[in-house]
Amino acid sequence: MSTTTVPDPADATARTRAALTGADGARRRKDRTMTVLIWGAFVVAMAPLVSLVWTVLSNGAGRISMDFLTLSMRNIFGGDPSGGIYHAIAGTLIITALATVISVPVGLLAAIYLVEYGKGALARAVTFFVDVMTGIPSIVAGLFAVSLFTLILGPGVRMGIIGAVALSVLMIPVVVRSCEEMLKLVPHELREASYALGVPKWLTIVKVVLRTSVAGLTTGILLAVARVIGETAPLLVTVGVTDSINFDPFEGRMMTLPVFAYRQYSQGLATCPGGESASCVADIAIQNAWGAALVLIVLVLALNLIGRLVNRWFSPKLR
Amino acid sequence: MTTTVSPPPERAPGRPRRRRRTTDRGLNRAFRWVAVGAGVLILAVLAAVAVFLLQQAWPALTAGSDELAASVPRYPDDTSLLEYVGPLVFGTLLAAALALALATPVAMGIALFISHYAPRRLAQVLGYLVDLLAAVPSVIYGLWGIFVLGPAALPVWEWLGSWLGWFPLFAGPVSPTSRVLATVAVVLAVMILPIITAVAREVFLQTPKLHEEAALALGATRWEMVRTAVLPFGRSGVISAAMLGLGRALGETMAVLMILSPGFLYSFKILDSAQQQTIAAYIALDFPEASGLAVNTLIATGLVLFVITLAVNMGARAIVARRKEFSGAN
Repeated sequence: MSTTTVPDPADATARTRAALTGADGARRRKDRTMTVLIWGAFVVAMAPLVSLVWTVLSNGAGRISMDFLTLSMRNIFGGDPSGGIYHAIAGTLIITALATVISVPVGLLAAIYLVEYGKGALARAVTFFVDVMTGIPSIVAGLFAVSLFTLILGPGVRMGIIGAVALSVLMIPVVVRSCEEMLKLVPHELREASYALGVPKWLTIVKVVLRTSVAGLTTGILLAVARVIGETAPLLVTVGVTDSINFDPFEGRMMTLPVFAYRQYSQGLATCPGGESASCVADIAIQNAWGAALVLIVLVLALNLIGRLVNRWFSPKLR
Repeated sequence: MTTTVSPPPERAPGRPRRRRRTTDRGLNRAFRWVAVGAGVLILAVLAAVAVFLLQQAWPALTAGSDELAASVPRYPDDTSLLEYVGPLVFGTLLAAALALALATPVAMGIALFISHYAPRRLAQVLGYLVDLLAAVPSVIYGLWGIFVLGPAALPVWEWLGSWLGWFPLFAGPVSPTSRVLATVAVVLAVMILPIITAVAREVFLQTPKLHEEAALALGATRWEMVRTAVLPFGRSGVISAAMLGLGRALGETMAVLMILSPGFLYSFKILDSAQQQTIAAYIALDFPEASGLAVNTLIATGLVLFVITLAVNMGARAIVARRKEFSGAN
C-alpha cells in the first residue's frame, strides 16, 4: 500500500532532528505547565490548612486561661466573660472514652476475624460493609442512636451514652480498617513458627500477632479517636446541651467541645446595656467558640502526632 | 456475562474430612467464635441502622399530609412527605456535586504530586499533611468558612455574579453575606479532598513500574508518561474515589449548618442566600427542638439521606472491589 522511497541519509537525519526538537518545544512546555499545575494543586490544598490553623490559633489563644479551662458556663449569661469550657472538656473526654471502649474490642476482633479466620462469603460481606459503613453520614449515626434509645427508654431522652453509641457506629469501621492493615503486615513466618512449636491458634494470635503489631494498632486506634472526637452533629442530636458539669454519661445531658463551639457561635453577639466593660464583652460567645475550637484542634493534632510517633518509634523493624 | 461453573472437586475418598477438628477445641473454638461474632455484629449494626431508622420514620411515612402540617413546624399545607423532602434532596445533591466538581481535579493533582512528582523523602510527610485536613473537626471548618473564607470569597462571588450572571448557577443577586451555597461548596470541597486524594494516591502508586518505564523509554515527558500509563491504569480508582468523596459531601452537616442561609427552593442560584438547604443541616437545625411527629419526620428525611449515601458508597466500593480482583498487573 505504501511506496517506500529511500531518502538521502543526511537529509533524513536533519529531518529527524528537526522533528524531534521542533515537537519537543511544545511537548516540553506542556510538561512544564502540568508540573506547575500539579505543584499548584498541592499548594491550593495546603492554603486552607495553614489558614485554618492560623485563624484558630490567633483567635483562640487570647481566650485561653486557667479560668477558661477549669470553669463551666453555669449561671453565666449575656456578655459575662467569666465562664469556661471545663464541662465541655469533661463531656468530650467521657463520651469519647466510652465510644472507644465500645469500638475497640468490636473493631479489633472483627479485624482479627478478617485477617486470621476470614474466608468465604461472610468475610467478603464484612469487608464490603465495613467499607460502606465508613461512609455513613455522622448525623445518620446520631439518628440511629436516638431511634435505638427511644425504643428502650422512650422519646426525648438525652444522655452521654447515646452519643457514645452514635460515635462508635462511626468509629468501628475506622478501627477495623486500620487494625486489618496492621495485622496483615505481620509476617506469616512468625505465625508458622508459633504453630510449629505447637502453640494453639488463639494463643498465637494473642501472643504473637497482636504483640508484633501493637504499635500499629495503637496508632490506628488513636487516629480513629482523633476522627470522632471532633464529631458535632451526632452529639447535637443525642447528647443535647447543658451549662453545668455532668460526669455521669447515664444520666442527663452533657456538653461536648464541638457542640459548645457551635452553640456559642450560634448565640452571636451579646447586648451590653452599659457599654463594653470588664464584666460584659459583646462578642464573648464568638471568643468562647474560638477558644473551644483551639482546645479541640490541639487535642486532635496531638492525637495524630502521638499516633504517628508511636508507630515510628515502637513498631518492630521487620526489614 | 455467563460463566460456566464447574462442580466443586470431589474429595478423595478415604481421606479424613477435616484435619482441623482435633485442634479446634476449647479456648481455640471460643476465640474463633468471638472473632466471628464481632464480624457478624458489624453487619448487624448496619442492618440495625436501617431497621431502627425505618421503624422510627414509619409514623411520618404513614401519616397524612394534614396531620404532618399540623404537628411539624414549617410544614406547608397540602404537600406529601415526598414533595416536602424533594427540595432538601435537591439542595444536598447540588452542594455535593459542586463540591465534587471543585475537589476532584485538585485531589487528582495532589495524588499525582505525592505519587509521582514530590521528592521521594518528602512524599510521606506531605501525605500526612493532606490527611490532617480530614482530621480537622467539621465545626472548625464551619467557623473558618463563616469568618475567613466567606469574607475572602465575597469579591470572587461578586465578580462571578457581574460577569457570568447569564449562567444559571451564577445568576444574581449576589448575597452580601456570603452565606451562600458557593461558599459551602468550597468548604465541602476542602473537607473531601483528603479522602479522594488518599484513594487516588493508592491507585496511582499501583501503576506497574514497567508501564511507566516503557513510556519514559519511548521518549515521553513526565506528563506524557502520567497521561499514557498512570491515568488510564487508575481511571476506575479515580471514579470510585470521587464517589467516596461524594458520599462524604452528601452527609456533611456542620459546615453547611453554620455557613448556609437556608431556603426550600429548587434553585440553582448558588450566589444568593435563602435558596437551598441540605438534609443533614436541616436535621441538625430542627432536631434539638423537635418533638412528637416532627421527630419522626426528621428521622424519615435522615432515612432518605442514609439510602442515598448507602447507594453511592456501595457503588464506589463495588468498583474498588472489582478493580482489586482484575488488577493482576503487578
